[in-house]
Parts: sequence; C-alpha cells; structure tokens
Amino acid sequence: MAVATARVEAQAVPRRRARARRAPMVVFLTVLLVILVLPALLAPWLAPHHPLEGQLAEKLKPPVWLTGGSWQYPLGTDPLGRDILSRLIFGARVSLSVSLVAIFIGGILGTVLGLFAGYFGGWTDSLIMRAVDIAFSLPTILLGLVLAVVIGPSFRTVIVIVAFLLWARYARQVRGEVLSVKERDFVAQARIAGCSHLRIMFGHILPNVVNTLIVLATLQVGYVILLEGTLSFLGVGIPPPTPAWGLMVATGRALIVSAWWVSFFPGLAILVTVLTLNLLGDWLRDRLDPKLRQV
Amino acid sequence: MQRYLAQRVLQGAVTLLVISLIIFLLARLSGDPLQIMLSEEATKEDYAIAAQHWGLDRPLTQQYLTFLGNASRGDFGRSIRLGRPALELVWERLPATLKLAGASIAVSLLIAIPIGVLSAVRRDTALDYGGKVIALLGQSMPSFWLGIVLIWVFAVMLGWLPASGTGGPQHFVLPAIALGWFQVAAVMRLVRSAMLDVLDSEYVKLARIKGVAERAVVWKHCLRNAAIPPLTYIGFIVAVLLTGSLVIETVFAWPGIGLLAIDAVRYRDFPVVQTVVLLYAAKFVVINLLVDVAYVYVDPRIRFQR
Repeated sequence: MAVATARVEAQAVPRRRARARRAPMVVFLTVLLVILVLPALLAPWLAPHHPLEGQLAEKLKPPVWLTGGSWQYPLGTDPLGRDILSRLIFGARVSLSVSLVAIFIGGILGTVLGLFAGYFGGWTDSLIMRAVDIAFSLPTILLGLVLAVVIGPSFRTVIVIVAFLLWARYARQVRGEVLSVKERDFVAQARIAGCSHLRIMFGHILPNVVNTLIVLATLQVGYVILLEGTLSFLGVGIPPPTPAWGLMVATGRALIVSAWWVSFFPGLAILVTVLTLNLLGDWLRDRLDPKLRQV
Repeated sequence: MQRYLAQRVLQGAVTLLVISLIIFLLARLSGDPLQIMLSEEATKEDYAIAAQHWGLDRPLTQQYLTFLGNASRGDFGRSIRLGRPALELVWERLPATLKLAGASIAVSLLIAIPIGVLSAVRRDTALDYGGKVIALLGQSMPSFWLGIVLIWVFAVMLGWLPASGTGGPQHFVLPAIALGWFQVAAVMRLVRSAMLDVLDSEYVKLARIKGVAERAVVWKHCLRNAAIPPLTYIGFIVAVLLTGSLVIETVFAWPGIGLLAIDAVRYRDFPVVQTVVLLYAAKFVVINLLVDVAYVYVDPRIRFQR
C-alpha cells in the first residue's frame, strides 16, 4: 500500500509541476491571440495604408530592413504597389470572420443532427450516420473546388464549402456523447415528468455536451483558417482584390526568386495565428474535456 | 463475422453510389462544357451536334444511368479536353501521386516515431516540449506556403535541390517534407500515448527486472507493442495525403492526379473530375473496410462479439 501511494505521489509531482509551468503559457497565448484579433477589429484605424489602393510606382518595395526598404512600407509592397502590412491587417478580418461564421453554421447543423441521431437511434441514426460516412469519404478540397466552380467564388461560397465540410465532425462527436448521456437517470426522470423529446434533447442533453462543442470549435478554427487559405491559394476562395492571406501567398508564388516577402509574410501570419489557436485549443481540451484527447 | 463483413461491404457500395450521384449533379450544375470547348464563332447547330455527340442533350436521369452503367464496366467516359479515356488519364498519373504519398509517409514516420518515443520516455522534459513544438508547427503551417518557402530556401537560395518536376530521388525531398510534416503531430501523439501505456505494463517491468538494457526495452519491447495504433492510423493518413497532394502537386508542378484534377475542374472536364472524385471516395471506403477487417482479425474480442 505504502509503495503504491509513493508511486502515485511520485507521478503526481511532475504532473503538477507541468501544469504550473503551463499557466504562464496560457497567459502568453491569450495575449498573443488578443494581439492577433485586435488588428482584425481595428483594421481601418491601425492599417497605415488602404489595403486595395496601391501606387504602381512603389511596386515590390522590399521590407524596411533590406536595402531599398523604408518605414513607409514596413513589410514591403506587392506587385500592384499595395502595402503588405495593411493587407495583412485587413486579411486577419477575412480569415477570422470566414472561420467563425463557417464553424458556427457547420457546428449548429452537425450538433442538431448528432442530437437526433443519438437520441432517437434506429433508422434516424442509421440515415444520419450514413450521411456522415459519406461526408467523411469525400475528397474535401476537390469537392470545394467543384463547389466553387458551380456557385462561383465569393465570401459566401467559401463559408458554404467550409460549413459543408465541417458538420460531419460535430455530428459524429455529439452522437457518441448523446448515446451515453441519454442513459443517465436525469433523462429518464425528465421523460417521466412528461418532457417532450425536443425539450429533453435541447434542454437536458445539449448542456451536457457543450464542453465538447467548445473544445471542438476552438480546435477547428485553426484548421478552417488553413482550409480557407488553401481554397484561396487555389483561386477558388475569396475572390481577388480582397486581402485574403492564402490569396496573397498565391500572388507571391511566382515572385519567390525576386520578391520573397510578397508570399512569406502572409504565410507567416497564417502560421502564427493557427499555432496560437491550436495551442489554446489543446489547453482547453485538457481542461474541459480530456475525452477528446484523440481528436 | 461473415454477416458483419457483408453488411460493411453493402454499406460501402451504397456510400459510393450516393457519392457518384452528388458528384454527377455538381459537375452538371457547374456550367456548360461546350462553351469552353467550342470556339466563339460556333453556331447553334454546332452546339446541337456537339451536345448530341457527347450525350449532353439527353435528360439528366438518363445521363446518370448511362454513366453508372458504363462506370460499372470500367468505362468512365472520355476526357472532353484531351479526348482520351478518363480512367486511362488517371491511371497514368497514379504512380507519381502514390510515390509522393509513400515518400511523405516515410518522412512523417521518420520524424514522428522517434519524437513520440522520446517524449514518452522523457515525459515533461525539454525534449518532450521540443518534440511537441516540431509536431505542432507542422500542423499549423499552410502546406502550400511551406512548399514555397522550401523552394525559396533549398532551391533558390542554396541551390541544393530541384524546385519542381520529377526525376531522381532528389526531386522527392521537398514535396515529401511539405506534404508529410502536417501528419507528424497526429502520429506522434498516437505513438506517445501508446508508449506511455506500454511503458507502464507488467511485461516491460519484467524485462527491466530481468536486466534487459534500457535501450532494448524502449526500442524493441515497447515500440513493437506501441506500433499498432499508429499503424492503423496510416490508412487514414493515406486518405488525407491524397487530398493534400492537390495543393502540393500544384506548388511543385508534380505530374500526379492532383494536378490533373485541378486542371480538369478549371476546364470543366466532367468525366475526369468524376473519375478522380470516385476514385478518391472508393479508396477511402476500401481503406475503412480493410481497417475494420484488420481490427476483427487482430482483436479476437471483436471477433467473438459478432
């Protein structure tokens, strides 16, 4: 017994230490996230130049620390003479709004379907889960390409594509949890008390899966930003003059030999944003919902 | 057991059928391919003749049934743009894509397994965190950008490796890294958690008591047993890789299915798009089926439950 306790303690100590070490990390990440979100909110006041109007005479100026660069354009200019920093700041708006709206729509759709599948079981369940299987076996990006060609690239198209690609994940996760939650006593009691099915699903079961939903949504923001970037890079995301990060990387692709900064900085912006969100999501998952470890 | 398998095969077939319907309708909604094929001076009669030739003047349901019937015989139609059988075009490009996928799986495993093992053995040390950072970086980087940056550094600045195209083994390095790094985080996590489980088990303790060298305990006794979850995950990786290759093949001008598919979508080349999407979906369904069968085979508990 004593040996067992000693072993447990020996294991517990480094873990506690690890948790303590992570606390400042979370503060740091939150600060970083604020630094990333603020420009998106305050873009018109923060950006030094207009994101769409360039001076052709100033095209392809290098960043300030290279010869030929100036503080007027701290990160240089693109082939149309537009300020890259200003476009990055406005691009943050595009990326964040696309992901939040798409996750919101896809999340609601998936959650509702997952609730129905898990709660009613039977053929409702089979039907919805088959649809989930189908959604998972479709080649995502390729389907996005086809969809974009069908409905024409626009802000709305990107959101439809991404939401369409996301819902299945939520449906599967929620269904799995509903299966176990619905066996709990309070559900049976609610039923005896005469609650309707809808009320049990949304009033009693849904609050029990909210944690999972929050964690899943956080972990997906980064993924969706990457997805939006990929679609924009392939030319089927946000249509041109709009400053979308993926599009900016695509613009600079052919210029990588002469003007690397055109595609380097927007990609770096994606990397930092997604990394921050992934780390925060990881932390949130450990805190709120360790069940999701494998996600 | 047999009933279970039959059920799974049937489910897979239904899935493929629905996907074929979805992609057929989407492709037909995406606009008139004749507008791209015919010159601007084409008259109405030219359009009618061309439509009749390609069967585009018949009702949609009939077009779909014809498509299904032909597809079941392995005939996926001819590419509208290149005039050759779509399946033949896809088949030609398949080896390039598969080779690239193989190389990038090798890259992911080569990075992920050592990191996963070491971070489990040296849990909560700097090594553990460092490994996590490498893995998370890969998961947070847009692969198209990683590809461009790799070209910039290793092809343009250093001149060590070719920037695009195929050829010798050196052509594989950059695209394989750009494609494979993304998967490292997932594999590493699986290896790490499996290793943590195994390190705690009785037979590992026994091996240590017997005096087996620590290196052999970790890399032989533990890793062999911890390798099962990551191995089953490889099926999933293959599926993701083939999608990821759309982007990487564009960046590196790699003559695989991804590049073919993107061109086909741009030129509204229905038959090729349909073939590629169906192939991807079929591969996914088959891989899932194989994984399920493998589980049943490997784990007797599942076998006897059925």
